Amino acid sequence: MLADKDRIFKNLYGQHDWRLEAARARGAWDGTKALIERGHDAIIEEVKASGLRGRGGAGFPTGLKWSFMPTKSDGRPNYLVINADESEPGTCKDRDIMRHDPHLLVEGALLAAFAMRAHTSYIYIRGEFIREREILQSAIDEAYEDKLIGKNNVNGWDFELYLHHGAGAYICGEETALLESLEGKKGMPRLKPPFPANVGLYGAPTTVNNVESIAVVPDILRRGATWFASLGKPNNTGTKLFCISGHVNEPCTVEEEMGIELRELIDRHAGGVRGGWDNLYAVIPGGSSVPCLPASLCNDLTMDFDALRDLKTGLGTAAVIVMDKSTDIIRAIARLSYFYKHESCGQCTPCREGTGWMWRVLERMAKGQAEKGEIDMLLDVSYQVEGHTICALGDAAAWPVQGLIRHFRHVIEERIDAEATRPLAPSVPVAAE
Amino acid sequence: MSVRRLAAEQPEGFAFSPENLAWAEAQLKKYPEGRQASAVIPILWRAQEQCGGWLPEPALRTVADMLGLAHIRIYEIATFYTMFNLAPVGRYYVQVCGTTPCWLRGADEIKAACRTLIGEPGHVTPDGLFSWTEVECLGACVNAPMVQINKDYYEDLTPDRLEWILANLKAGREVMPGPQNGRQASAPLSGPRTLQAPESN
Repeated sequence: MLADKDRIFKNLYGQHDWRLEAARARGAWDGTKALIERGHDAIIEEVKASGLRGRGGAGFPTGLKWSFMPTKSDGRPNYLVINADESEPGTCKDRDIMRHDPHLLVEGALLAAFAMRAHTSYIYIRGEFIREREILQSAIDEAYEDKLIGKNNVNGWDFELYLHHGAGAYICGEETALLESLEGKKGMPRLKPPFPANVGLYGAPTTVNNVESIAVVPDILRRGATWFASLGKPNNTGTKLFCISGHVNEPCTVEEEMGIELRELIDRHAGGVRGGWDNLYAVIPGGSSVPCLPASLCNDLTMDFDALRDLKTGLGTAAVIVMDKSTDIIRAIARLSYFYKHESCGQCTPCREGTGWMWRVLERMAKGQAEKGEIDMLLDVSYQVEGHTICALGDAAAWPVQGLIRHFRHVIEERIDAEATRPLAPSVPVAAE
Repeated sequence: MSVRRLAAEQPEGFAFSPENLAWAEAQLKKYPEGRQASAVIPILWRAQEQCGGWLPEPALRTVADMLGLAHIRIYEIATFYTMFNLAPVGRYYVQVCGTTPCWLRGADEIKAACRTLIGEPGHVTPDGLFSWTEVECLGACVNAPMVQINKDYYEDLTPDRLEWILANLKAGREVMPGPQNGRQASAPLSGPRTLQAPESN
């Protein structure tokens, strides 16, 4: 188990005060000026060397992403935008950072913005997180009052940090949709290229990072890339917040090493699967967008980007949704399909039409009211949605369906058989007498 | 996508209160010159709060004019973002998370309780106190099932506990938001297994 001394989020559960003074006592804002004096490129190199991969789901190397930002301005400012639109079903880690350790995020924002030569940063928080927004705004205000950020601050890099909020749209977690929303429009993703690092917010170079990716930066710089890289596995380094939800005895969020075994994660931190490990039926390892895995593949499973990719799923946001044997897996996935239907922005036809179509077919399959041939048709449609849309919501809607068919086709077939052989209810007239 | 339309019955007009107007004008300063449209969501949200939880059509036009947006743009935004209510809601507006992580832990029972206690989704009780709707993932999955009532999350619910909460709100008593089973935020129910030192530095 990760030792407490190696944890970055020391107030994950809010046992202690989140305010500046208490955050300082836990180590935040310690020697920030000296970190900045190392220079832009030294910070980027340190983050690269730490092996940090983006915590928002895709796992793109954070330092590399930062290095795409222009080092010389052509007159346009550089922007850092922090994605706090946490809406992926199963995921509730950024919420804990923002309400319990907001200064890690504020300090990280300053350091990341400095590394990318940005003087302005926006945090885009989902609209529903109203109390979290209040706390985070207070933390930003505290940092301004103490001259930690703002013009002529003590850290020596002019930096304005603004908190902006959305109003209930999952798609705004997609980086270009987020930028559209931040510009005051509907959250409809943009075509890439141009990538945000060239043309982003207000047409200026922009990097969008997840809250957790930014909040771990001060600790990486203070303790060193070697420390961070010594945790976890090669190419999957560091610590990660895991959210364990569903059919476990004690659902919780916990910081652990990357590459921890799924079984250890569930047994040690979440009180075990309801009814014991043998009662495990399926797991969605990384938030609703990644394909589910059956229990048979979960025994030696390690939780990192590469191991999960090899099983045709993903670490995503490390939101582990556990399902025991009482679960109707078809209904569980159908409910996710409804989610994607509801959250599709409607811009691309395959997603707008496909998400609704897949949901309706799954609803029928959950009742067994389908033909077996429709299973392959559903799979085929999912492949027609995947990869044929501007953003990844189409992929995210297709993958859970593909995971269901890959691992639980027999369940769908059995239900269709059961429905076909079900005796008709007595009230239904069988035939004319 | 979801189909959302403006309510049939609309009030005559809308004007921001002086405090809200000052607040809105301060918001504009967050964004670069000429990019004031960026403030549209926060300002619409403030308008919704002032109107008791929903956005009448005159408020939409007021905000559009304030930001120099064509009216159609504001209708687009109000219908796109699902936190903007286009018809009146109860004083206590209950949003039940129904997505899979909550569903696995009994969101259906919470919805059934809302039907019994409040009525059909979207229906406001005759005393104007309550209405409810099902929403998509609210991002408190390890505290499932949960609801949002106005600004607060009520987590780790049972139907009985929800009934108790609504009864207290109806009687004008404050209810502690957050987990309803005594646990600390997102820590395990029996207490944190990590970070147990008094000040784990």
